[in-house]
Amino acid sequence: MLQPILFALLLLAAFGLFAWQVQKIRANILVGRDRDASGHAAERFTKTLLVAFGQQKMFKRLTPAFLHLIVYVGFIVINVEVIEIIIDGLFGTHRFLRFLGPVYSALMATNEVLAALVLIAVAAFWWRRNHNPPLRRFTGPELRMWPKLDANIILYIEVALMLALFFMNSADIRLHQMEGKELPGAFPVSHFLANLLPATSVATLEVMERAAWWVHITGILLFLNYLPSSKHFHIILAFPNVWYSRLVPQGQFSNVESITHEVKAMMDPSYAVPAPATNPDGSAVAPTPFGAKDVEDLPWTALMNSYSCTECGRCTSVCPANLTGKLLSPRKIIMDTRDRVEEKYNSPLIFHPNVYGEEAKHEPVTDLMSATLLRGKVTPEELWACTTCNACVESCPVNINPLESIIEMRRFLVLEESAAPNSLNVMFSNIENNGAPWAFSPSDRLNWADELYAAEKATV
Amino acid sequence: MTPTSSPAAPTKRQLTVPTVADLAAQGKVPEILFWVGCAGAFDDRYKRVTRAFARILEHVGTDYAVLGLEESCTGDPAKRAGNEFLFQMQAMQNITTMNGYGIKKIVTACPHCFNTIKNEYPALGGEYEVIHHSTYLQQLINEGKVAVSGGESFKGRRITFHDSCYLGRANNIYEAPRDVLAALDADLVEMKRSKANGLCCGAGGAQMWKESEPGTKEINIERTEEALATLSGQAAALDNLRGVETERSTPSEHSLQGAIIAVSCPFCMTMMSDGVKNKEQEANVQVFDLAELIASAEGINR
Repeated sequence: MLQPILFALLLLAAFGLFAWQVQKIRANILVGRDRDASGHAAERFTKTLLVAFGQQKMFKRLTPAFLHLIVYVGFIVINVEVIEIIIDGLFGTHRFLRFLGPVYSALMATNEVLAALVLIAVAAFWWRRNHNPPLRRFTGPELRMWPKLDANIILYIEVALMLALFFMNSADIRLHQMEGKELPGAFPVSHFLANLLPATSVATLEVMERAAWWVHITGILLFLNYLPSSKHFHIILAFPNVWYSRLVPQGQFSNVESITHEVKAMMDPSYAVPAPATNPDGSAVAPTPFGAKDVEDLPWTALMNSYSCTECGRCTSVCPANLTGKLLSPRKIIMDTRDRVEEKYNSPLIFHPNVYGEEAKHEPVTDLMSATLLRGKVTPEELWACTTCNACVESCPVNINPLESIIEMRRFLVLEESAAPNSLNVMFSNIENNGAPWAFSPSDRLNWADELYAAEKATV
Repeated sequence: MTPTSSPAAPTKRQLTVPTVADLAAQGKVPEILFWVGCAGAFDDRYKRVTRAFARILEHVGTDYAVLGLEESCTGDPAKRAGNEFLFQMQAMQNITTMNGYGIKKIVTACPHCFNTIKNEYPALGGEYEVIHHSTYLQQLINEGKVAVSGGESFKGRRITFHDSCYLGRANNIYEAPRDVLAALDADLVEMKRSKANGLCCGAGGAQMWKESEPGTKEINIERTEEALATLSGQAAALDNLRGVETERSTPSEHSLQGAIIAVSCPFCMTMMSDGVKNKEQEANVQVFDLAELIASAEGINR
């Protein structure tokens, strides 16, 4: 009787803590500016099915796509066993789903094969991340300290969980063998492993099986509560992130409506600019800055982006600026956004934001609260290196859009601080004065058509 | 539009490019506006592309016109650089001009103008059917209006197409330029980083007007090296190309003599041409826009 009560308490505590953490993340995301991402349900559904569930964009690179698919399918299928564990734990049953008969056997066998494959995939992941020299996309100033450790911790936890599963099944098989009974279900891997277990007493095996069972489920619940502090949170947010991602062509940048009103009023004095929004007490809401200086100036989707990022670095590995040695790394901008929103608002249980030094050409940060996203974490040099080529956006398996944040911060630099590089200021004034980004006379615009000849074609 | 005889060369005739204002004076609206763009109007190299495309438009008898002196920068470089205010000023000025003339359809040889007018002008009151010249050329070839014969032959010449970001990833146009090139009966070779994986030439996002940030290499050099290796059949040397995982290619030996890098964007044109000069290959490898290749193959680009 004690075990189910303990288990119920553990479950309650784990899900309660997780819900509390998710609530903090939700609040962090909603710090961002309003952005209407509603409607187009059919289109969003198809995209979510293909990109999130179907992992469509992962398959641009076959090796990691295949390895990731194993872990992804393994995660989903093994969760069915977690349901059984929860039922068993709450009601004191043992292998409750056994009544499914052959279906149960198939399920358990699939689990075991997948778990074995997951171990292989995780080993491959670890090698890809840690061998010397590592893959280029697993390097960079943003991937040191906590992010680097986090990536390995996830792999170690996955190994521990799979080993606990095997140990639990093996002990159970051995126990049933000693009692002269047949364990329901099929266990292709554990059946072999069971023979390696020492032929000790039934009591010892019972303790071993129970211990493995508790380690397995406690491990899963701990992992659940580790997620909000980790890049591994992508297993949850990838789905809403893809659902809410932009449906317009990638080349279409957002329109700043407040500027539209101003420009219309300039061109047509009779244009009525909408009255500014008011607070409940009737006072005018403080105007929001043009562009983004800090996280609350970004649309909420950009903040959700930062929680959906698993720091894989595909964006950075295809960035033309990064490839040619510039400071810009799209992944860093996404990771900085998450660090900053957690620094300023709600932080997770484990929080160790990246502090950059010489390597990322950062001034030493003395005051964390005033170290805004722009300048505090992302330097103008990074932002000005972007060619807006959309390679990062195209490459992201979960439709994160680093380019949008880059443009928002450029807008702040130009419109609020007049801090564009001088050559761009020259380009701006050329457009203002000559209607062209170069210093040419507008009256020469049709010169190309002078003396224009075409060869006479007999066939015309 | 009326052909006039030229005394210098009887096989040539002079073309008069109609302006929208001239047509409006006659109470006419062109079926299609040829948006020339700043590079097309001022950049000496890209003016040749503008002229080639005008020859094609005239050759197939398109009812077209240009805005001429009434055209102004779309505002693309300002917007990409973060100057939303200047962008919207430019956009509204152009929209007022075009709406005033009743323009419905626009063709342009610049992917940046194309993207801006097509995707960003509607929110400001400018709704037009906008097509890039690669799509327009593809249509002309498919309809048989351009035979791609009677001029220079590109048969067997090695050509690689460099995707423009603002045509490709920005607007998902990958096949139209390739279809146009296919009509040349040339030896088309693909770079490893092509289509959605294409590498930027380095000029987008207002980079065209500024020095690049400190780094180890210029982007256009990285891209030109890839193009040259692809054209010379040495792309195997690029098997570990950063940023893309590809299958190993079989090395083959090709002379760069007469090879062509095809582009469809004025900024790519500048960047790739500079890259070829930097690699001292300008005597062998030429950079051409699609419109130039088609006009030459059609025998009207003189």
